[in-house]
Amino acid sequence: MALDFGYGISKPRSIDLDRNEFYKGNAVLGKMPELQTCIGCGSCTATCTAGALTDFNFRRLHTRIRRGEFKGIYDEINKCMLCGKCRLTCPRGINTRGVVQLIKRNMGELQSE
Amino acid sequence: MKRVIIIGGGIAGMRSALRLAEAGLHPVLIERDAELGGKLRNWHALFPDFTQAAGVLDELRTAVARRGIEVHTGCTVRRFDARSAELADGSRLEGDAAILASGFTLFDARIKEEYGYGLYEQVCTSADIERMLNEGGLPAAPRRIAFLHCVGSRDEKVCQKHCSRVCCITGVKQAMELKKRYPEAEIFNFYMDIRMFGPGYEELYREAQLHSNIHFIRGRISEAAPTFDGRLQIKAEDTLTGRPLRMSVDLLVLLVGMRANADNAALAASAGLELAPSGFFAPRDPFLGNVRSAAEGIFLAGTATAPKTIGETLNEAIAAADAAAEYLKTR
Repeated sequence: MALDFGYGISKPRSIDLDRNEFYKGNAVLGKMPELQTCIGCGSCTATCTAGALTDFNFRRLHTRIRRGEFKGIYDEINKCMLCGKCRLTCPRGINTRGVVQLIKRNMGELQSE
Repeated sequence: MKRVIIIGGGIAGMRSALRLAEAGLHPVLIERDAELGGKLRNWHALFPDFTQAAGVLDELRTAVARRGIEVHTGCTVRRFDARSAELADGSRLEGDAAILASGFTLFDARIKEEYGYGLYEQVCTSADIERMLNEGGLPAAPRRIAFLHCVGSRDEKVCQKHCSRVCCITGVKQAMELKKRYPEAEIFNFYMDIRMFGPGYEELYREAQLHSNIHFIRGRISEAAPTFDGRLQIKAEDTLTGRPLRMSVDLLVLLVGMRANADNAALAASAGLELAPSGFFAPRDPFLGNVRSAAEGIFLAGTATAPKTIGETLNEAIAAADAAAEYLKTR
């Protein structure tokens, strides 16, 4: 029987790049390498229709995928309404809407994570 | 006496002319505007130590006049090579070498329609701020001011992929100047990266945060819209908290970048010069040939090749003049 010490051990909060998998991020970058040029300006999130009312944040989402962090990604990406305003505003000319669709296409296995 | 044609009568052209005259050569300064001085004529104070722009300019113009340097103002060069320049009126000026110091064009902020420059009176550019400071200040004391970095820089949507380098430190400098003049105002700088590359720049940035209480928010303003009470609402993502942000301001200052002159391609074609992908003139190489061009006898100085600071421009003007003098020794 486990003793209750009044505290538990939670998973480390750090992003562990020794363990994280990059293949899903690389699958997206392989088709749209310009995503790597993101300067993190947040214009996409600032104009985002979904982000105005929910915690959807495209900048954070694609950065997490590129770091191999997939927890909760499935629910988050489905908040995107594909309106494309982010694509109009992106100073790097990234096809942000296309990135969302690519992520969705590669997402079958993310559902369980 | 050997003659060197200098295209552009801004600080680079004037500094090159003085150096050539000191070396016993005959510089011929050609300036498009009615007077010498270029962009610096419209500037108030210079980073990082708030030196008055007029002081620097007056010293150069006085020296040019005292030396009796041959100056042609109000003359646009249509085409040129190392031996001659053809002006818009069809006349020609002859020389033995040429220095191209034709400078840059300020990014036209109206192209970024979402910020409303030219539509809303609460929006101005960094160049407007310098002009207003020269004229004694803003029309009204603002309660809140937002500066936006990278307008017309690092932006594929307006075909300006390069970094204009000087806007970051200009934004810090102007924020401090406005804070000094309007101590009650709250000032926010919206940035993506703060590039403090020069001596004293990082120190000024720190000073702005520590003593001027300038707030720095990491995120690009996505749009500006007028409010019912005559202010301006701006939207951005505060990327360090990961949440959308909105606020009302009385003044939005767009830190406009430097772009290549529209006539660079035509001038380059006439003289056999090459252009960089940014549209600026390409030096022969970025190291030992950085003031030489692809064409024999044509030298490059200042912001004709890329965005630069005043100090860098003045140094390069001397280097270009020396390279031209060395070239003429062998002719």
